[in-house]
Amino acid sequence: MTTSPPGSLLTAQDLRKTYGHTHALDGAEFSIHPGEVVAVMGPSGSGKSTLLHCLAAILPPDSGSITYNGREVTTMSDAQRSALRRSEFGFVFQFGQLVPELTCVENVALPLRLNGTSRKEAERAALGWMERLEVDDLKGKRPGEVSGGQGQRVAVARALVTSPRVLFADEPTGALDSYNGERVMKLLTDAARSTNAAVVLVTHETRVAAYSDREIVVRDGKSRDMERAI
Amino acid sequence: MSIGHTLLGILESGPRHGYDLKRAFDEKFGHDRPLHYGQVYSTMSRLLKNGLVEVDGIEAGGGPERKRYAITDAGITDVEQWLATPQKPEEYLQSALYTKVVLALLTHRDAADILDTQRSEHLRSMRILTDRKRKGDLADQLICDHALFHLEADLRWLELTAARLDKLREAVAR
Repeated sequence: MTTSPPGSLLTAQDLRKTYGHTHALDGAEFSIHPGEVVAVMGPSGSGKSTLLHCLAAILPPDSGSITYNGREVTTMSDAQRSALRRSEFGFVFQFGQLVPELTCVENVALPLRLNGTSRKEAERAALGWMERLEVDDLKGKRPGEVSGGQGQRVAVARALVTSPRVLFADEPTGALDSYNGERVMKLLTDAARSTNAAVVLVTHETRVAAYSDREIVVRDGKSRDMERAI
Repeated sequence: MSIGHTLLGILESGPRHGYDLKRAFDEKFGHDRPLHYGQVYSTMSRLLKNGLVEVDGIEAGGGPERKRYAITDAGITDVEQWLATPQKPEEYLQSALYTKVVLALLTHRDAADILDTQRSEHLRSMRILTDRKRKGDLADQLICDHALFHLEADLRWLELTAARLDKLREAVAR
């Protein structure tokens, strides 16, 4: 049986994942508390995205333990993991997240609609989040009609609309210029902190990582918690 | 850059005379600013006084006596602590960091560890600036951005060095 650090919401211990002969994760560790923003840093190919996908119950590790809110994730069925992702987690990626046929407000409302919320109620909640992310004026536009920075803020609103307890952000500003990237990060971290959501932020940009509370470094599939290291 | 710590680090590979120390320093770190003999001997007397080196032997020749210096256990601990302590982010930081990385490789310590610790120290400063920026007015934002871009430049150098550690290890071993 594994133990989690006191008060932690999501913990991973001794995670291992291999693709062919490549050890993507080789004993990685992780923990995050509610309301905390943790940056996951490291060179390309170091295993940081694999770590995020394992933590987010998208990818099962070969071995090791992942505990979310006291529950072991690695022994869950596909359906249980899928339910966990839908109800407890939010996701922001670098590219291609919005459905091009839907308007921005419909995109933001989509996770609530999939959970069975009525259209009216879902779009009302969506609009509230779009106001917080300063994109409410785009509600009737389709993703192809908005800029990259605006689209990313719409994606953040969509990730937060279900009030997730953990937000996973994989290079969320990777396709944006400095100004828009920082705007996304400020609004994303403000919104997450206001709801006490934990944020797992994978980034190679130090100015983006500076919005975190602490960082872990992943190298050759091994993690290093820099707060504990110093 | 700390000349004392650098000379101590060089001594870790084995005892040397003052002249050899100067030559090794100039070759690895001196580049356009070689050490003066006076600097070497004054630094070695200080290290001797502090118990970080000891005289390993004296050669009498035609000229003045030549002392051979060896690092002590206290000296090794001192180098260890110096390498593990991140540099305060400041201008021309890279020369001190470069020295630490090369010395770590020379003495078979973990150079990636030094770079990780330094990244963390930089990020600590960047978090303070970012926090000031998010709470401040436009003037605060612009002032903090200037400092942040400078810190980011250091970090880019650091990442590039981390990516080149294997090549640097080969070059240092030559």
